[in-house]
Amino acid sequence: MRGVPPHPAPEREASMRDMDLSALRERFQQLSGRDYWRSLEELAGTEAFEEFLHREFPDGASEWIDPVGRRQFLKLMGAALALAGVGACTRQPAESIVPYVRAPEEIVPGRPLFFATAMSLSGVATGLLIESHMGRPTKVEGNPEHPGSLGATDAFAQASVLTLYDPDRSQTPTYLEEIRPYAEFLISLDAAMTAQRALGGAGLRLLTETISSPTLAHQIQMFLADLPEARWHQYEPIGRSGAREGARLAFGEPVNTIYRFDQADVVLAFGDVLSCQAGNLRFAREFASRRRVFGEDARMSRVYAVESSPSITGSVADHRLPLRPSDLIGFAHLVAGQLGAAAGPPPANLAFAAEIHDTWIPALVRDLQAHGGSSLVVAGDEQPPVVHALAHAMNHALGNVGATLVYTDPIEAEPIDQLQSLRELVDDMNAGRVDLLVILGGNPVYTAPADLDFGEALRRVRLRVHHGLYRDETSELCHWHVPESHYLETWSDVRAFDGTVTVGQPLIAPLYGGRSAHEIVSALAGRPGESAHDLVREFWTEAFNGEGEWGPFTDVGGEPFADFDRFWRRILHDGFIVGTALPERTISLQENWAAGGASGETSAEPLQVIFRADPSVYDGRFANNPWLQELPKPLTKLTWENAVIVSPRTAEDRFGIRAARWSSQATPRVTLRFQGRTVEGPLFLLPGHAHDCATVFLGYGRRRVGRVGAGLGFDAYRLRTSDALWYGSGAEIQVTDSRTRLATTQGHHNMEGRDLVRAATLQEYLAHPDYIHQRAHTPPKTLTMYPAYTYDGHAWGMSVDLNACIGCNACVVACQAENNIPTVGKDQVLNHREMHWLRIDTYYAGHPDNPVAYHQPVMCMHCENAPCEVVCPVNATVHSFEGLNDQVYNRCVGTRYCSHNCPYKVRRFNFFLYADFTTPSLKAVRNPDVTVRSRGVMEKCTFCVQRINHARIDAKKEDRMIRDGEVLTACQAACPTQAIVFGDINDPESQVSRLKAEPRNFGLLDELNTRPRLTYLSALRNPNPEIVPIEGRDGPGPDRLWFSRADRLGAGK
Amino acid sequence: VADALKPASLPAPPAPAPVIEPGHTFGSVTDKISAIVLTRRTPLSWFIGFGISFFFTLVLLYAIGVVVGRGVGVWGINIPVGWGFDIINFVWWIGIGHAGTLISAILLLLRQQWRTSINRFAEAMTLFAVACAGLFPLLHMGRPWLAYWMLPYPNTMGIWPQFRSPLIWDVFAVTTYGTVSFLFWYVGLIPDLATLRDRAKSRLSRISYGILAMGWRGSALHWHRYETAYLLLAGLATPLVVSVHTVVSFDFAISILPGWHATIFPPYFVAGAIYSGFAMVMTLAIPLRAIYGLEDFITMRHLENMAKVILVTGLIVAYGYLMEGFFGWYTGHLFEEFMVANRFFGPYAPMFWTLVLCNVLTPQVLWLKRVRTNIPALFIVAIIVNIGMWLERYVIIVVSLHRDFLPSSWGMYAGTIWDWATFVGTIGLFLTLLFLFIRVLPMISIFEMRTLLPEAQVTESEDLRVI
Repeated sequence: MRGVPPHPAPEREASMRDMDLSALRERFQQLSGRDYWRSLEELAGTEAFEEFLHREFPDGASEWIDPVGRRQFLKLMGAALALAGVGACTRQPAESIVPYVRAPEEIVPGRPLFFATAMSLSGVATGLLIESHMGRPTKVEGNPEHPGSLGATDAFAQASVLTLYDPDRSQTPTYLEEIRPYAEFLISLDAAMTAQRALGGAGLRLLTETISSPTLAHQIQMFLADLPEARWHQYEPIGRSGAREGARLAFGEPVNTIYRFDQADVVLAFGDVLSCQAGNLRFAREFASRRRVFGEDARMSRVYAVESSPSITGSVADHRLPLRPSDLIGFAHLVAGQLGAAAGPPPANLAFAAEIHDTWIPALVRDLQAHGGSSLVVAGDEQPPVVHALAHAMNHALGNVGATLVYTDPIEAEPIDQLQSLRELVDDMNAGRVDLLVILGGNPVYTAPADLDFGEALRRVRLRVHHGLYRDETSELCHWHVPESHYLETWSDVRAFDGTVTVGQPLIAPLYGGRSAHEIVSALAGRPGESAHDLVREFWTEAFNGEGEWGPFTDVGGEPFADFDRFWRRILHDGFIVGTALPERTISLQENWAAGGASGETSAEPLQVIFRADPSVYDGRFANNPWLQELPKPLTKLTWENAVIVSPRTAEDRFGIRAARWSSQATPRVTLRFQGRTVEGPLFLLPGHAHDCATVFLGYGRRRVGRVGAGLGFDAYRLRTSDALWYGSGAEIQVTDSRTRLATTQGHHNMEGRDLVRAATLQEYLAHPDYIHQRAHTPPKTLTMYPAYTYDGHAWGMSVDLNACIGCNACVVACQAENNIPTVGKDQVLNHREMHWLRIDTYYAGHPDNPVAYHQPVMCMHCENAPCEVVCPVNATVHSFEGLNDQVYNRCVGTRYCSHNCPYKVRRFNFFLYADFTTPSLKAVRNPDVTVRSRGVMEKCTFCVQRINHARIDAKKEDRMIRDGEVLTACQAACPTQAIVFGDINDPESQVSRLKAEPRNFGLLDELNTRPRLTYLSALRNPNPEIVPIEGRDGPGPDRLWFSRADRLGAGK
Repeated sequence: VADALKPASLPAPPAPAPVIEPGHTFGSVTDKISAIVLTRRTPLSWFIGFGISFFFTLVLLYAIGVVVGRGVGVWGINIPVGWGFDIINFVWWIGIGHAGTLISAILLLLRQQWRTSINRFAEAMTLFAVACAGLFPLLHMGRPWLAYWMLPYPNTMGIWPQFRSPLIWDVFAVTTYGTVSFLFWYVGLIPDLATLRDRAKSRLSRISYGILAMGWRGSALHWHRYETAYLLLAGLATPLVVSVHTVVSFDFAISILPGWHATIFPPYFVAGAIYSGFAMVMTLAIPLRAIYGLEDFITMRHLENMAKVILVTGLIVAYGYLMEGFFGWYTGHLFEEFMVANRFFGPYAPMFWTLVLCNVLTPQVLWLKRVRTNIPALFIVAIIVNIGMWLERYVIIVVSLHRDFLPSSWGMYAGTIWDWATFVGTIGLFLTLLFLFIRVLPMISIFEMRTLLPEAQVTESEDLRVI
């Protein structure tokens, strides 16, 4: 059920709206074969470390003395609502429930409706379908027809629906922190604007985030046309500034690059291109399409990743090279030079290891050159401009342009140098040239480079207006704060990574009286009455009529629309406008472009600091979203805060912290000093991190954002300066005496030679398709006392392709949103009580300097011989007639025996009343098809049984079986790489049955005779045979581990 | 002839210490024991002891309030370690109870007369230990108010319990055990209750004891029925000594978890239960006989015999530990091997080695008669064994759970203040009940003690003469 909102509705809404490294290495040498481990502390696994672990619980009394557990924030939210006048102090009056006299069109109680819209992040939109229950948006899905989504979503989009209902969002305009009516704001604004009009806008400045909305850009341009002296500045702390400047360096103008990973046989990636990147969902899909190996189809790409800070891109690459940021630039120079890209001489004195010089680079260059036209060099958005420029040059030299990547015009309305723009604004403010500053979105006081001292400059502006979702660090310093409407509350239009426009429609009237940027700009222009709906519709009416560069528009079939009304309904229904993708353009490199590019840091001595967007809270804007805060960050599995991340060797060499003595459960706090500014945070040792540099994630240390996000972690923006936006040299780290516990969901030991993630190289697999089964032991199916179940109808099963999974976390949040999974707060995560039904285990193999990582999504396996079922004393977990392992919450008395008998530990227990039963706004976000669990019951993955039942109802009405692909589990629907496939294993033709017939198919712990319904496809890597695997991961498996393991456990005694 | 064959050089074996000191008569035995309840002034130490115990009972009530009110999350349990102090304490208390039943039932059937002076309070101890133990399965539930769902009763939901689950077997085992233990204890009390009724001075106690004595008049018919009932109950209770802890061990052995899934668990658990039970009887008997001057009735022979039982069961338990280690290695199974290595050298290794010290090494001193007859030494050994057996359950439950199959899900566990409060609270409850018991009921069976006197040794001829 997808469609346009019933016709009257939009109109109505519109009007409303220790490591002893040498010992470790030695131990490592002794290990034969493939040995897996999850973190350094585990690899070391010494007694000393275990002692730390043990000491972590002095009396275990944390939760009862903790005054305000984050878990309790939900309760506080209720109080806040009451204060805000939303809740009532008295009993609700008795209401009669009567049926609609005139039922709203299309609404059938119990059946959700889906509406297409789009969410944009840093100016790049992802097309979405929003599930709406009786007018309440509850769940975000990707729009399968939208080029930026193809049905997938990322964690941010999944969690955005919670932000919509966040009771901490700003709810009313304020003047100097006091509540004022919106009308008073308009009067105040009008007075200021009257003065500005007389001056031609000389004292007026607009500061926005990156704007790609055609309507908003048009509005601003029209508005500024009347005020020639006014200026429009844009600044975004994360985003595409590096890419834009890189393109300017290479081509003299900013361009938009669209990669076609599905066309690339060899990929060289600098930095992370699969998360926090424009178009990442589309890229991940196409990337994964070349990583799957089915049957004889072995067209697997080969991926080389060069990165400083471990990312999911590096974790799925075939070869990964960790390099300091400055070395990474040098490396790019070297490779570009050898590829014949006119990049100027490489920086002198690059200090690479001999194996990189002699083996890695030549092999890489040969591989790339052998695949001219079918190779691809990509640089992540977080890379400095010079790397982007070098990537462009390499692609030109390899003849990839037009084949594996194409260029278009930028999607931004004004692709300016944002840093320069912000600098100018600060200069103007400091010079007293700004009388009225309107900040539309963003939080520049928090995010602006520290050296610009934006906050101080801001104080010199006579009238400051902030428009945002939250009352934050910026609104504190502004006179006026006007609440912004959430993207699900307003009309707008946004552009995808390829330029495709989506007209975003609201799913609900603004909950807290927010206004959209369209309305604020309109008010600035003296037309406060105009609604976002009218503005957007008016813009597209004009565009439809052929004004501007738009049109003529056609539908998918190429037919022109009869009238605007049909066009409008069609684009709202589809969620995008056909033909608005930007055309491909040819562009050539500038002459002598590389002249100013190279800056090699030659000495290893100065510590470098790397700034990265946080994989959970991005630039800090999602700080008040508990789903994202509790989301274990890829690789570190850290929740609720950030850390100073270094490689184990750096920690040992520089601070004498031996990995064997380090534990995330008792990590020292360190001070990180950079350019005279200091922050303090916990140290985190991450294997595979480049040496002599430290990574800090931005977005934490929010002072003011709401009850969830304030005061978590440290603020890395305080170190980030305008000359070191992404990395800088000369940082200092000092270890303090205090220790802290990090709420990681990561386990505590290595994989102990257990075949949990089975992996092979492509060569091994092609030579011996049963390679991964060689060490396996699968008991016969007859090995049970009980008669086998029979399934006459469907038998549900799932397949997860470990080779496609990139560990991006979208499924985790999708599961949380679909299944009403509560968040528990940091103190509970510290005690291993997180509630995620679906978790992503990450295992490492190989040397901690550069290990291979494997991601393994783990949820309920729905075992045929489920160990949990027989031990539940009250029959609360039972086998369904379709083979699901059903958990009956109402029947559960909470003995937790099922969890003990579950070898996968996928069961989650409500140790307290984690779900919020009281806060009104959070009731609205719940999926009405899924029970909200109370205290004292066990819960776990259900294979989205509510979705199966919806499909069953549809199928029964039509008297047919449920079709293959008709049921998409929430995790499957969200997955950008389609790693998760669900379906009927009774049907031999179903996609899941075919996947389970693959030789790569294996069951986790199937030697226990649990016969899981969820099976995995083994991971494959496609290494270049010319490069000796640094990992040293081959060899026969150890089968007698008694002594080595006892050794390891006892080491340090 | 026999005398002639006996080598003259060997000294005659020393007669065993008597089970009752000489010089007592029917009257003096009755006086001495009933006086504790009826006439003697309650000593100040009783009030102090009771006060302290009662304070901890109040701590227990408060802790129960917190656990039920806020949820089991106040404890340190988590995923993967979903059972902590709750089930450790449950198994520990149930184990302690075993000595009472063993002494009462098995030793009765084996006609071990020395049991007589300790059986009454050992049975009471059993009962109170079962009461303490029974609290934990209730409290450990996420929703304890629905505990009755564990019972197979006809209901509108049309659901039976899951009879394949060992937790259901537990329900039957423990409730049966509790019921039989109570009946056994109460039936054994009836003649003494009548004695107290007859000797009571105050009207209230006459009425109370009178009701409880159920009209006992000491007629031959009464005695006949009493003996029959008692023997039958002893017969019923005997298999329970073995079955209860066997079923408790199934809670673990039935699961698939390395460290739990072991065939040796039933005998090993039963031996451990008797071991800890005798240690607890010893822990209680030594101070009681000193405070109430019962050295005549609870003699050195009793203590020595109990020490021997502790030594024997301790050796069985030690064998169990040895076998667990051996099986872990002999299976050649990755997970089993790891479990044993983790127990020996993992983060909880100190607990394991302390347990070995307490349960395996310490009781070896009981080989020496000098130790077996040294009261302070016995007391210390008993306390150490009690601690060791608690640690054993900690090691079995927590150490097996905290690192199982998937390393990604491994975790750590430690008790919180509420874990300790419930634990210490049940010790308080146990002692409170015990203090009340010794204050209001005869802690030693009066009529059975009388049968031990020389006067009671009736010969056939004497019988005839009487007739």
